Parts: sequence; C-alpha cells; structure tokens
Amino acid sequence: MMGSENEGFEEAPLHSPKEKSESTLLLHHDLNSVDRHPLSDPLLSPTSPNSNPHHPHDIEPPAYADVIFTPFDSSDINGSGSPLDTSSSSSSPHGFSPSNYSDYIKITVSNPQKEQEPSNSLVPGSNTFVTYLVTTRTNIPDFGGSEFSVRRRFRDIVTLSDRLAESYRGFFIPPRPDKSVVESQVMQKQEFVEQRRVALEKYLRRLAAHPVIRKSDELKMFLQVQGKLPLLPTTDVASRMLDGAVKIPKQLLGDGPAVAPHEAAQPAKGGRDLLRLFKELKQSVANDWGSSKPPVVEEDKEFMEKKDRMQELELQLSNASQQAEALVKAQQDMGETMGELGLAFIKLTKFENEEAVFNAQRVRAADMKNLATATVKASRFYRELNLHTVKHLDTLHEYLGLMMSVHGAFADRSSALLTVQTLLSELSSLQSRSEKLEVASSKIFGGDKTRIRKLEELQETIKVTEDAKNVAIRQYEWIKENNRNELERLDVERKADFLNMLKGFVVNQVGYAEKIANVWGKVAEETSNYVRGNS
Amino acid sequence: MASPRGPQSPRSSPSSASSQPYLSVSVTDPVKMGTGVQAYISYRVITKTNMTEYQGSEKIVIRRYSDFVWLYDRLFEKYKGVFIPPLPEKSAVEKFRFSAEFIEMRRQALDLFVNRIASHQELRQSEDLRTFLQVDEEVMERIRSYETGLFKKKPADLIQIFKDVQSKVTDVVLGKEKPVEESSEDYEKLKHYIFELENHLAEAQKQAYRLVKRHRELGNSLSDFGKAVKLLSACEGDNLGKAFSELGAKSEAVSMKLQKEAHELLMNFEEPLKDYVRAVQSIKATIAERVAAFKQQYELAETIKLKEINLDKLMLTRSDRVREAELEYKELKKESEEATERFEMIVRLMNEEIARFQEQKTLDMGIAFHEFAKGQARLATAVADAWRSLLPKLEACSTT
Repeated sequence: MMGSENEGFEEAPLHSPKEKSESTLLLHHDLNSVDRHPLSDPLLSPTSPNSNPHHPHDIEPPAYADVIFTPFDSSDINGSGSPLDTSSSSSSPHGFSPSNYSDYIKITVSNPQKEQEPSNSLVPGSNTFVTYLVTTRTNIPDFGGSEFSVRRRFRDIVTLSDRLAESYRGFFIPPRPDKSVVESQVMQKQEFVEQRRVALEKYLRRLAAHPVIRKSDELKMFLQVQGKLPLLPTTDVASRMLDGAVKIPKQLLGDGPAVAPHEAAQPAKGGRDLLRLFKELKQSVANDWGSSKPPVVEEDKEFMEKKDRMQELELQLSNASQQAEALVKAQQDMGETMGELGLAFIKLTKFENEEAVFNAQRVRAADMKNLATATVKASRFYRELNLHTVKHLDTLHEYLGLMMSVHGAFADRSSALLTVQTLLSELSSLQSRSEKLEVASSKIFGGDKTRIRKLEELQETIKVTEDAKNVAIRQYEWIKENNRNELERLDVERKADFLNMLKGFVVNQVGYAEKIANVWGKVAEETSNYVRGNS
Repeated sequence: MASPRGPQSPRSSPSSASSQPYLSVSVTDPVKMGTGVQAYISYRVITKTNMTEYQGSEKIVIRRYSDFVWLYDRLFEKYKGVFIPPLPEKSAVEKFRFSAEFIEMRRQALDLFVNRIASHQELRQSEDLRTFLQVDEEVMERIRSYETGLFKKKPADLIQIFKDVQSKVTDVVLGKEKPVEESSEDYEKLKHYIFELENHLAEAQKQAYRLVKRHRELGNSLSDFGKAVKLLSACEGDNLGKAFSELGAKSEAVSMKLQKEAHELLMNFEEPLKDYVRAVQSIKATIAERVAAFKQQYELAETIKLKEINLDKLMLTRSDRVREAELEYKELKKESEEATERFEMIVRLMNEEIARFQEQKTLDMGIAFHEFAKGQARLATAVADAWRSLLPKLEACSTT
C-alpha cells in the first residue's frame, strides 16, 4: 500500500503535476521536504524575491470548497490506510509558501530489505537486519550531485544521531526514532518495518529542514557515501575503553597531560573519562551544596526566563496534543457511526423493496434511500475532514517532540558550563599546589631537584589545563550562542507554523461543514412535503 | 413534538364541525411523587371531547405509567387483531429513571400512545379508554390492582405461543403433531416480514442512538480541546496567543451547538425509530393472538370431526347415549363456529391494520427523516458560520 508511493521519484502525493498555480506552489513547497517549517529556509536564503513568509495570501471566504478540495480530493485520501499515516505527505500543505525556494533537499526512505551479516556464528540466519533505501534529491551544490541513493540500516541512524549530538551541541536537533525493542517483538514484522520506515523518513526530513544541520558533514556522509557508513559510532564503549586504558594510569596518578584540550571540552562519557566524570560530579555537588559560588554561573536572566517559558510551553503543548488526539478520535467515531447508520438504512431500503406489498412501502423505501445516501456521503466527509484535521493538528505533536531537542540543547549548555567550572576549580587547585611547592622549594637553598622537577611537571599540567579551560569556555560560549539562535528560530517558526495550523484547521472545518450542510439541505428539501401542513 | 400524523386520524381541533365526534387527549406535566424506592412519576391527562359517551366536554385526571400499562393490556385482550399502539419501555436503569431527558421522552411516548388510541376507529370506542380518561386516581388504582392480576397475559404465555410457532418444524420432524399454524402464503409472508423488519429496525435504531452519543462525545472533546488551546494561548502571548484564545473560545461555542443537536437528534429521530420498533413488537404480539385463535379453531374443528364419527357410530348402534352425544355435538359446533368467527375477524382486522400501519409509518418516517436532515443541515451550517467568523481574526493575528 505504501510501496507505490515510494518508487524512486516521489511525486507530491496530494496533487498531480497538471494542477493549477496554487497547487504548483504547494508542489514546489512540498519538494522542499519541509514538514512543519515551511518558512525556515527563507531565513537563510534571502534571495527569494517576493517571498514574505509571514504574510500568507488572504483566504477568500466563498472559495473554501474550491481551495481545499481541488488539491486534496485524491486517491490518497480514499485509499490509503489509517488517517494517522502521514509519512509521505507534508503535514502542513496549507502553508502558503513563498513563490520560489532556491534550494531544496528531498529525502525518501523506501524499499526495506532483509540482509544478512556475514555470519561467524553457528546459528544460521541469526544476524539478519533490515536495510532501507535512502534516496535524496537536491539542488544544493555542496552535495555534488542531484540525485543519489544509499542503503542504510537503523544502526546507522543511531550513529548519525549520536555524531550530530556531539558536533552540534546547543542546537535543537530533531530526536531520532526510538529503538523500541519491545515493539519489534510484539508487532508483526511487516508492520514494524513499515512503521520504522515512516519514522526514519520523517526524521531525515526534519534534519534536512534544519538550517544548519542540513549542511552538516555527518548528514552529507549519511546520505551520499555508498557502502558502510564512515561515521564512527561513539558509544562503542569497548574500543574506547581500550583507548582510554592507556591513559588511565596517568589520569589516576593525577599527573601528566590527561587528554587533548578539545577532548577535554567534550562531555565526559562513561567508559572513557572515569576520572573526569568523577571530578565533574564532585564539582556539581560542590555547586549545589558548597557554601561558595562556583567561579562561573548561569547569569543570563533572559535565558532563565526563556527556559521557564519553554517548560510551561511543553506542559501546555502536551495537554493540547492529548486533547487533539481525543478530538480526532471523536471525529473518526462520528464518521464511522454515520456510515453504519447509512448502511443500516440501505439494508432496510432493500428489504422494504423486496417485500413490498403496499405502495406506502415503496415510497418509504425511496425516502429511506435518499436518507441513506446522504448519510453515507456525510460519513465520508467526516472521514475526509478528519484526515486533514490529523495533518493540521500534527503540528502540535511535532512541536511537542521538538521540546525534547530543546531539553537536549539546554543540557548541552549545562554540561558545558559544568566542564568549565570543573576545569576552573582544577586550575585553581593546581595553581595553589604549584604555589605551595614553590614556597617549599625556595626554603631549601640551591633548590630541591625532586621538587623542582615536580614543579616543572606541575607547570606543564597547568598549561595544558589552562588550554583545556580556554577551549571549554569557547565551547560554552558557542553553545550559548547556539541556544540563543535556536530559541529565536524556534519562536519565529513556531509562531508561523501554529498560525498556519490554526488557519488550516479552521478552513478545513468550514469547508467540510459547508459540504455536509449541502448534502443534508437537499434531503430536508426532498422530505419537506411531510411537514408542510397535513395531507 | 409533532401531533400524531395520518390522513385518517389527525388530532382534530375543537372548532371543527360539531357533528364530527372528536376526542382530543394530551399527556402533560410529569411530576415526581413519593420518595425513595416507591417514588414514581405522575402525569396529567387532559381530555377534550364532544362524544356523548363521555361525561362532560373536558376532564383532567392524574395517571401513572402502570395505568397506561393497564389500558394497553385491556385493549390487547378485547381488540384482538388490532395493532395496539406501543408503550414506552419500563426503564431498568435506576439512576436514569428520573433524568429530565428520560421523563420527557416517556411523556411524549405516552402522549402519542393515548392519541393513537383516541384516533383509532375501533379503539376510541373502548369502554376501558373511557374509564382510563375519566375516573379518579383512587378508583383507577383499585381497578388496576384488581384486574392486573386476573387478566394480564403472562410473558411466559406469549413466549410459549412463539415457541409453538417456531417449533412446528421440529414437531413435524419428530412426528409429534400436525403443524398447528396457518399455511397461507400471505400469512407466511406477513410473519416473515414482521420478524425481519424488527431486526432491521432495531439495527437502525441502535446506530441512531450511537450517533446521538457521538454528537455528545464530539462536543465534549471539542470543549476540552478549546480549554487546552486557551491554556496554550496564555503561554504564547502576542498575536499567536490571541489566535489560540480565539480558537479556544470558538471550539467551546461549536461544542455547545453539538450538544444541542444531540438532544434534537434523540427526540426527533432516534425516538421515532424506537417507536417504530415498539410498534413492530406490538404487531408480533398480535400475530401471537392470531396463532392462538387459529390453533383454537383448528383444534375444535378436529375435535368436531371426531365427535361426528363417534355420533355416527352411536346412531348406527342405536345407543342411548345418542341424545347426549347430539347435544354435546351441537355445543361443540357452536363453539367451533364462534372460534372460527373470532379467528376470521382477527384476520380481517389485521389486514386492515397492516394497510393502515404501512401508510402511517411512511408518514411518520417521512417526518423523522425530514427532522433528521434538517437538524444535521442546521448543525453543519451553524458550525460553518462559527468557524468562518474566526478567519478574519486569524488573518489579523498573522499580519500584525
């Protein structure tokens, strides 16, 4: 069912290329693979001449039915599976995008296949996994190609996501799909694979929609490099232990260069920097319970306010998202029950016609048929209404998911700050040790060879730590800047997306209510003879 | 609620030609009486008539549900072959018993019940009807408790009759007895029709009831959604906050329209369907009476045959018992003729009734369909208008 929509070049599934101008806009917009941020690109590509992304075209009241129904009356609505299956269609096609996008990346995930790992175990077929075809179409020159495909497995996505998390600290990086071990056991294999395919596509599209990440090397490599993914998984504890094992004795002794400065600025990872983890923990405890303030604190009041606001927003988004789910279900139920009612009347009509002895029965059967037809039509409209409602209100769910990225970005900031604080404390204690040593050795005339050597080593360590501290501070400032920019971007995009969502939702409701009113109005007219006076 | 329909028996106004006998009844003013387990609802029954059999032109009495049941039972006993208008069900669910909606639905159904009787050629002549419409509460209570025990056909009897009807095949197979049911094509067709009709109607009514529920559920979820969106608006502030706040308010407004329409749907569509189902069930009871009557006349006919043979035998043998037997035979013959007459009257009445029933139902359903369509159109239009009015506000939010 989904297969047909994934063959190579994917036409925007909601409209055919021959549609009129407004759907061409939407087609073009859709090719941007921008799910919920139709306006994120224009911020970076000011070349779009007449684009004014925050002032979409006016909606003429009488034309709702036409505006909505020409692009969306498609087989996609009638045929495809559950209304929650929004993978292959952009979720806010109503976004009135600017007339030209100068660049785009369109990613499609398709064609899941079982593959086998070159097995070195005794059990045959024990190491099978699924790969997906990731197809990219783009006009961005950096990619050096306009269309290409690679095969990737889920593990590669995890790697990509981890590497991005490392390289883009402080950014709101879209959360990757879950590993969901439990689901893979419980669901039918095919269903699970399909669900995963959908999730992967969504994730990659979100990455491509992020103004900074879409240009990242990690993403480029993931999308383009054939064969095995060249990104190293960083959570490979075992190999890291091996690397780190060499350094541990030195670390434990507290002497000598522990790690390279840039590595010092990276967050401490389990299995790697045991000592550093311990130190940072000590530092955070000191922060919380110590009597003195740490050397650097989170001072940005504006940030603190924003953080609180984000928390509140997340709470309300979660609530609204839940209620949206319930609303969608209620609309679905309405459509279903209407359908059942219509069906019951169709059966009754057939029955009365078959058994008719009196003319009154045939008249009644005819009346019933009209009613049944209208009921079934209304039922279909409710279901269509719901399909669109799902797509619109999906924006709420999307932004709720995005909150996780925000948490991640703020966590990056906190941990970077902690690293700075730790290094400062470290530096301070090293310096006081150095001073003590100096004082002690100056008391011995001619110098103390051992002490002098120790002092030299200490000075060496201090220098390295100083470098590390500087790197850490630069990291911290960079992350703060990322936070700031991302928050701004989030505010702008969120406002636009939500307004679009609201408009889309309302226009949709109006359009379908009008259609439904029409259907019933006709039946009311046809049966009005029963109430116009008495016969 | 619309007055009882039908070309042959509208609720005639008192100002019609005084030569025309009219009987106009209404059931109104439900009042809760008593407390606790004994509590019940009493209704005011107002009769306006110019028929001479009635004492006076206007009478108001107080009646309760069981009085209506008494009337039904009496009519059912006396007017075999006539489709007695159906009664609303006794409500099983305790907490629902005194809800405003239930009381109103029941009142309407009882009103319809009495009016249909008053409009029916045969039934309106009933003495029991006169009793019901005129006697005091206390007298009514006495009559009801006395006669209910004596005459009410126990449900077990009805079930037994149906069992007989259904099990004729088994009997034949087991060679128990000859099938004791009519075998005419018309009868078979009618029986099949009524039984099947009940199934179809019950299904339609079930879905109609569900649809009412769906309206209420959609209303609730829209209202909750509106509230959530309003909370979201407090987070956002500025234009977006305003937009959310407007949406929230509108959601709540639309929610109320849905609740209102749910009620209309229940009263004007689901209830008439329910009424239809009840009517069909009442017809089934009448069919059972027909079966009983047929069985009676059939058995008497069989007995007579035997008696004839016996009589001939006795006459041949010049027995002293001939005179006795002759008397018996005459008695039996009379009984048999009466039974046959009763049965044939039932058949005749039923034929008239079924024709009238079909006409009436087409009208009833026509009205119900109209109300349903009108209500849905009204709802959809109101919903469209409500949402549409929001659009300029949303536009304003995004341009400033």
